Amino acid sequence: MTKSRSFLKHEMVKFILFTILILFLPLAFKGGYLLNVFVFVGIHTLLAVALNLLLGYAGQISLGHAAFFGLGAYASGILTATHGQNPWLAMAVVAAAVGTLAFIIGFPILKLKGHYLAMATLGFGIIVYIAFNEAVELTGGPSGFSGIPNLSLGGVSFDTDFKNYYLIWGMTLVTILLSLNLVNSRIGRGLRAIHDSEVAARVMGVNVRFLKVQIFALSAVISSIAGSLYAHTMTFVSPTSFGFNFSVELVTMVIIGGLGSIYGSFLGAALLTLLPEILRAFQDYDIVVYGLLLIFMTMFMPGGLVRGIPALVGRIVMRSGAGSKADA
Amino acid sequence: MLEVQGITQRFGGVTALEDVSFRVAAGAITGIIGPNGAGKTTLFNIVTGIYTPTSGTVHLQGKNVSRFAPERLASLGMVRTFQNIELFGRMTVLENVMVGLHTKGKSGILASSLRLPWQVAEERRFRERAYHWLEFTGITDLADHEAGSLPFGKGRLLEIARAMALEPKVILMDEPAAGLNSRETLELARLIQKIRESGVTVALVEHDMELVMDICDAIVVLNLGRKLAQGTPREIQENPEVISAYLGEG
Ligand SMILES: Nc1ncnc2c1ncn2[C@@H]1O[C@H](COP(=O)(O)OP(=O)(O)OP(=O)(O)O)[C@@H](O)[C@H]1O
Ligand SMILES: [Mg+2]
Repeated sequence: MTKSRSFLKHEMVKFILFTILILFLPLAFKGGYLLNVFVFVGIHTLLAVALNLLLGYAGQISLGHAAFFGLGAYASGILTATHGQNPWLAMAVVAAAVGTLAFIIGFPILKLKGHYLAMATLGFGIIVYIAFNEAVELTGGPSGFSGIPNLSLGGVSFDTDFKNYYLIWGMTLVTILLSLNLVNSRIGRGLRAIHDSEVAARVMGVNVRFLKVQIFALSAVISSIAGSLYAHTMTFVSPTSFGFNFSVELVTMVIIGGLGSIYGSFLGAALLTLLPEILRAFQDYDIVVYGLLLIFMTMFMPGGLVRGIPALVGRIVMRSGAGSKADA
Repeated sequence: MLEVQGITQRFGGVTALEDVSFRVAAGAITGIIGPNGAGKTTLFNIVTGIYTPTSGTVHLQGKNVSRFAPERLASLGMVRTFQNIELFGRMTVLENVMVGLHTKGKSGILASSLRLPWQVAEERRFRERAYHWLEFTGITDLADHEAGSLPFGKGRLLEIARAMALEPKVILMDEPAAGLNSRETLELARLIQKIRESGVTVALVEHDMELVMDICDAIVVLNLGRKLAQGTPREIQENPEVISAYLGEG
């Protein structure tokens, strides 16, 4: 019992350290270009955490998560820019609507397993992507949708990278905290049980079918909120941000960071957001780079960065520190 | 307690079970034995709702539970262990048992992510109960180990701890002694008796004849999907049909 309680304390300390790191990071950037990049790291972390709940914990693949992100972005954009609604209210209403949609399509889709589930979610993503392109009167079609207002709170408009950084990371940190609580609870254990042995989970009385749908919907709600934040930050959205490539990028983030690790999702999101900035030359081959990264990671760091890096550091320390022991 | 009637199960052309009927008496240990491929595991899969039989019915405490899903049967007090251990490998031993307590809690996504006071209290209660079952099965010292890294014998005990956490009315065990050494088998025999003494009905599929004859109150013999015999351990040992079935196989 003491061990479990100290585990919770340990989790809390980790979270506080992470929060401090995030809060002071902008000081290191001095308001430069990297600050802008880390605004997107925040949004991507939110998305990766959302997908990780489904993929890393419950073990259910989705190749259509960009669609929930896009639905959040477009619906927020349309409700605020076209219909003049309050952005915060719009964000909440849209998230609820997207969650309901996910809940409804979740029942038939999540009956499928493995490749079939991948195909079904892929199909859903493609349909939504086509809708963004074709519903020109609503979305502006392929040329995009502009004029989305910035969010504002108590007279402060979130119109700079600096303000958006704190807005988005504030939301992301809260989501991380709630997700950490969730995965270490009755529900979280249920999810991980489904991942490891669905039949045993059922025999233990876990309502597998319902829990899968619930977590799918929750994941969609978080993705939708990320989409709304994205729309209000960018003030412009276009379909290419929400296509198949981005769904694959999200899956790559989760796997590279570490399946079933919330902080891993941050690492994966940070790496895949920074990488294109570093490798400008690969711009048109991003999906190839993701593929290679995935192959590399599965071969050399199957647990993702979050587990691979400590193991690597440990091995290096062992090598240099106690050579004789390492040889044995 | 448990009554199966006229169970037939066909897989394509293979008839795994043919018109099998028997009762598992409340508060007793009932052994189900038979050569490899006799249909014992298939029978458990049907009784626990994992398979839907071609025909036949299952009653639990007089209630017709045929075609009930496993999760529903769990809340009615039926649980099982698996021949090929089905642990939650990446979770700790303690967490595995806490999954066994799943039906005893009601905290959902909202209460869990917000850590509402009653949810925190529920978690504490879950941990205490889980430790109780770890003590019951004698694996308390392994509480924080990853279940997937347990030695085989300890894994079998964890499966029993996890199943007992449901506080079932009836527990079905599929070859719990397989892969255990003789000392572990002896300890298992005592544990199964302790489970029965706590008021839980036990159905036991097992190849270890010494264990079966030692602890079972009644035995059902299956052979090639049919019920061959039923009776007390003594009656079964003296039954010529049973003897020839086993000799024929060996
Ligand atoms: N899902 C299935 N699909 C097809 N055939 C099956 C299936 N499950 C079991 N069988 C067949 O049913 C028969 C009975 O198998 P079962 O596993 O129930 O035997 P058992 O008595 O548990 O054997 P053992 O002692 O080896 O565990 C076997 O011939 C097996 O091949
Ligand atoms: Mg079997």
